[in-house]
Amino acid sequence: MSTSAPQHTNVGLTVGELHKSFAGVPVLKGIDLTVAPGELFVLMGPSGSGKSVLLRHLIGLEKPDLGEVKINGRSIDDEALRDECRMAMVFQSGALLNSLTVGQNVGLYLSEHRLLPAEEIEQVVAEKLEIVGLKGQEDRPVSELSGGMRKRVAIARALVMEPHLILYDEPTSELDPLSALTIAEEIVELNRRTGATSVVVTHDRDLGLGIADRIGILFDGELLQVGKPEEIRNSNHPLIKKFLGVDFRLTNTNR
Amino acid sequence: MFNTIGEIILLFTEFLRALPRAWRERQKVYEQLYEIGNASLLMACILSIFIGGVIALQTGPVLVERGLSNAIGGLVGLSMCKELAPVMMSVLIAGRIGSAMTAEIGSMRVYQEIDALRTMNINPVTYLVLPRLIAISIALPTLVVFSVLVGWMGGGLVSVYNHSISITFEAYFNNLSEMVDLKDVLNGLIKSFCFAVIIGLVACQQGFETIGGPRGIGRSVTKSVVNAIVSILILDYFLTRLLLFMDNKP
Ligand SMILES: Nc1ncnc2c1ncn2[C@@H]1O[C@H](COP(=O)(O)OP(=O)(O)OP(=O)(O)O)[C@@H](O)[C@H]1O
Ligand SMILES: [Mg+2]
Repeated sequence: MSTSAPQHTNVGLTVGELHKSFAGVPVLKGIDLTVAPGELFVLMGPSGSGKSVLLRHLIGLEKPDLGEVKINGRSIDDEALRDECRMAMVFQSGALLNSLTVGQNVGLYLSEHRLLPAEEIEQVVAEKLEIVGLKGQEDRPVSELSGGMRKRVAIARALVMEPHLILYDEPTSELDPLSALTIAEEIVELNRRTGATSVVVTHDRDLGLGIADRIGILFDGELLQVGKPEEIRNSNHPLIKKFLGVDFRLTNTNR
Repeated sequence: MFNTIGEIILLFTEFLRALPRAWRERQKVYEQLYEIGNASLLMACILSIFIGGVIALQTGPVLVERGLSNAIGGLVGLSMCKELAPVMMSVLIAGRIGSAMTAEIGSMRVYQEIDALRTMNINPVTYLVLPRLIAISIALPTLVVFSVLVGWMGGGLVSVYNHSISITFEAYFNNLSEMVDLKDVLNGLIKSFCFAVIIGLVACQQGFETIGGPRGIGRSVTKSVVNAIVSILILDYFLTRLLLFMDNKP
């Protein structure tokens, strides 16, 4: 990637009539969605509703059966587009390279594309690790890390790319409330500072309602409602009401 | 099956397209070479001594009986460098290194590491296949040279110390150097180079194709080793035909 290529600081995302089935089982059933440049869009929905699959389509890892994903009006398959605008994804599982250390994982984008000399990469890596609360852990092998640490390394690895579009698949699902708050702040920070268009998949109601510009609720492969946090909070849709109104004080315990 | 062959050819063209970046990836090639050497050198040594030995053991007494004891060196020398070393080393490497490559790439596939590479705009072929394929095509011919030398020694030892053969080292090696040309050794090296490319391509392609969890990885590894060995043995026949044909042309 050369720095002279035209850079899109504003990346808008359009999804049209997206359908996807796995072995005949429909997972996405006609998704229509627009994410404006610089927007922080939160995607919520029950487990198995297709959030991860949708996210994989947004970054071109999955080919739709029908419909299309466009970035600034251009198809996601366009190779030139990939050179012009940087897209990052934080996988639900982290998807760190197991044969590398923490530092090598975080610096991978820079070192593979030879964007900076080694010492500067080290600096950037240290800086990003500090942001996610893993200062000084560069040399640990990835295989030693806990689930939450992996997720945070994955976030640091995405931050290093200074992406124009960043997709987070449950960035806080394995974190304690305090670390989750730090990560949430960083997500918002990145979005405000660089204008990176962000899509966050989360199960965390408070996080979602707290950081989102807009929220989409995905149920069983269909978008039930898209709107501002207040609109979603006050939604009349029975499924959404039930989903957002879950209360952990159990009603039928014997204690 | 045709699907797999198609995928392998496709992977090979992608590899060729990535080849200009080989120098940039040399660090990874060194690492792979080191790993291959580490994993196979001792085993290659033991294997070759015994292969050389057993040819001498099988043919020696028969030749001595017919008064052809001065042909033993040439026989062991030629069969070792033209056929046995390239094929046996390739089979060894397919089992030892090809399987490891498939397992590694397969698990990277299953645990979405390859997807992660793609999102970082890193070409998995350049990152994974290029260094492995280059390393294996350097390592296997080198290993064959080593195996040929050790195999000759093994044949010599048996020829000297076995009671029903009992020729001198001098007689053995004189005959060997008389019969074996540099051309014959090159013959084996060309073969082993082709086998190396096949092993690497089959292993990487199977790795990329892996689906499912740990069981899927196991399935891929088995398939990779079996496919590689079968391809080697079939290709060996046709390569031999081709090389004999070239030899006979003045
Ligand atoms: N590669 C695949 N092959 C077959 N089925 C798949 C594949 N990927 C996803 N699915 C199916 O698609 C459906 C949606 O999966 P997805 O991972 O998108 O759920 P999710 O909304 O992210 O759930 P969670 O919140 O638990 O992560 C599931 O029923 C899953 O079994
Ligand atoms: Mg998911």
